[in-house]
Amino acid sequence: MSWWRPSDVGFAVRCKLADIGMGARLFVRLLRLLPAAFQRPGLVRDQVHFLGNYSLAIITVSGLFVGFVMALQGYYTLQDFGSTEALGQLVALSLLRELGPVVAALLFAGRAGTSLTAEIGLMRAGEQLSAMEMMAVDPVRRILVPRFWGGVIAMPVLAAVFSAVGVIGGWIVAVGMIGLDNGAFWSQMQGGVKVFGDVGNSVLKSLVFGFTVTFVALLQGYTAKPTPEGVSRATTRTVVMASLAVLGLDFVLTALMFGL
Amino acid sequence: MPFPASPPSSGSLVELRNVTFGYGERTVLRGLSLSVPRGKVTAIMGASGGGKTTVLRLIGGQAQAQQGEVLFDGQDVGRMDAAQLYAARRRMGMLFQFGALFTDMSVFENVAFPLREHTDLPEALVRDIVLMKLHAVGLRGARDLMPAQVSGGMARRVALARAIALDPELVMYDEPFAGLDPISLGTAAQLIRQLNDAMGLTTIIVSHDLEVTFGLADHVVILGPGAIAAQGTPDEVRHSTDPLVHQFVHALPTGPVPFHYPGPGVAQDFGPPGGGLA
Repeated sequence: MSWWRPSDVGFAVRCKLADIGMGARLFVRLLRLLPAAFQRPGLVRDQVHFLGNYSLAIITVSGLFVGFVMALQGYYTLQDFGSTEALGQLVALSLLRELGPVVAALLFAGRAGTSLTAEIGLMRAGEQLSAMEMMAVDPVRRILVPRFWGGVIAMPVLAAVFSAVGVIGGWIVAVGMIGLDNGAFWSQMQGGVKVFGDVGNSVLKSLVFGFTVTFVALLQGYTAKPTPEGVSRATTRTVVMASLAVLGLDFVLTALMFGL
Repeated sequence: MPFPASPPSSGSLVELRNVTFGYGERTVLRGLSLSVPRGKVTAIMGASGGGKTTVLRLIGGQAQAQQGEVLFDGQDVGRMDAAQLYAARRRMGMLFQFGALFTDMSVFENVAFPLREHTDLPEALVRDIVLMKLHAVGLRGARDLMPAQVSGGMARRVALARAIALDPELVMYDEPFAGLDPISLGTAAQLIRQLNDAMGLTTIIVSHDLEVTFGLADHVVILGPGAIAAQGTPDEVRHSTDPLVHQFVHALPTGPVPFHYPGPGVAQDFGPPGGGLA
């Protein structure tokens, strides 16, 4: 393959377009099969448990430490302006608007996304998906759809847990360690956080990230080469592509939500 | 290895007509035509890379012929829409080379899988059917084991029980004897024959194991490069004068199928620069 020959460039572009087309068709199928997913809610419930519950530990611990750091950094900055009582509001808004959805999505991509890609890729390598097709069972409907909607449901819950634990972490540092007034911490937070503007946007962001990360993970697994190397590369691509997509989308969503 | 032959029956369940198929630029099948008679055990044999597994994939609709027709019970598999294809697949069972069991399900759940997906049978009936199928392959006692806990031969028997769970008309086996010890191999061969005769199935086996397959099959097809080199009863094929069949049946290292993959000559690789071998 040489990049300067027009025929090779054309071939590469055609292959890429075919990949995009396949991805788009899969995405539309996953959306269209939503009713099928909820005809068998047990399959979706199992995936919410698998993806959500198994990511809970890393989400909780990370949220706690991010909350600690937010409170420390926020305190040192607010001190210069003599407004340390606003620390609760700062921690809560930072977590709800940005860090909760974004960091939770990045962790979700690393923990659950890679697991999904590897699982689907290994099923393909082990001919399990082919066996399913030969049993007249559609693997997209039976395997991919429950995982997709399981991920979409689990993501906002995990982001909410991340933010909640982060706020608790911030409170531990602000009130427990620094000695800020407990009432000021919570009342400033209560006064400064809007339900629809902040909490609502946070949920919306994490939903979009849930769609993105889970779809990327499933697509990479489903199209992985059925070899150990193919599955390994697909897993790496999941982390890279999902993380970049989350960060890029975060910018776009923030611009749309906060008035650009 | 002797196995009683099935009674004669008329008509073909599967028919390939002038089928051409390839992967990328490599053509695997060139104008292949073959018939699989109903109620019989048909073995498809030939050199590695000769397109045997591809034939199974074409019959199952997992690949589409580039030219020609693949008929299953008179209907062209390549022209079926998704619903028709899935309806046809419900009448087929396929045993993959390594079983392709679902690794997150127990032996019982693997066999129950097609029943749960395609029927609304009560749980008690599902249990009875699964145990009957497992009993038929001698693994009723292994129902609670996970796929990682069973041997390769057992995994294939579980996969066979799963393949016949919906009582298909056609069962396809992709290398069912590969890597089995002599006991497992004999058991597998006997099972294939018994199931074919007891359930009135039509069976297609892709295999390299001459001894066992010739003892088991009613009809043998030897695939040459892209087309049929010989076909007939095991005895007819065994005594074929075709050079490729002769090489294959007598396991000769040289013949129409070369031992060495095409490449530069020995002198070019090992000789002194610019000359022949020293």
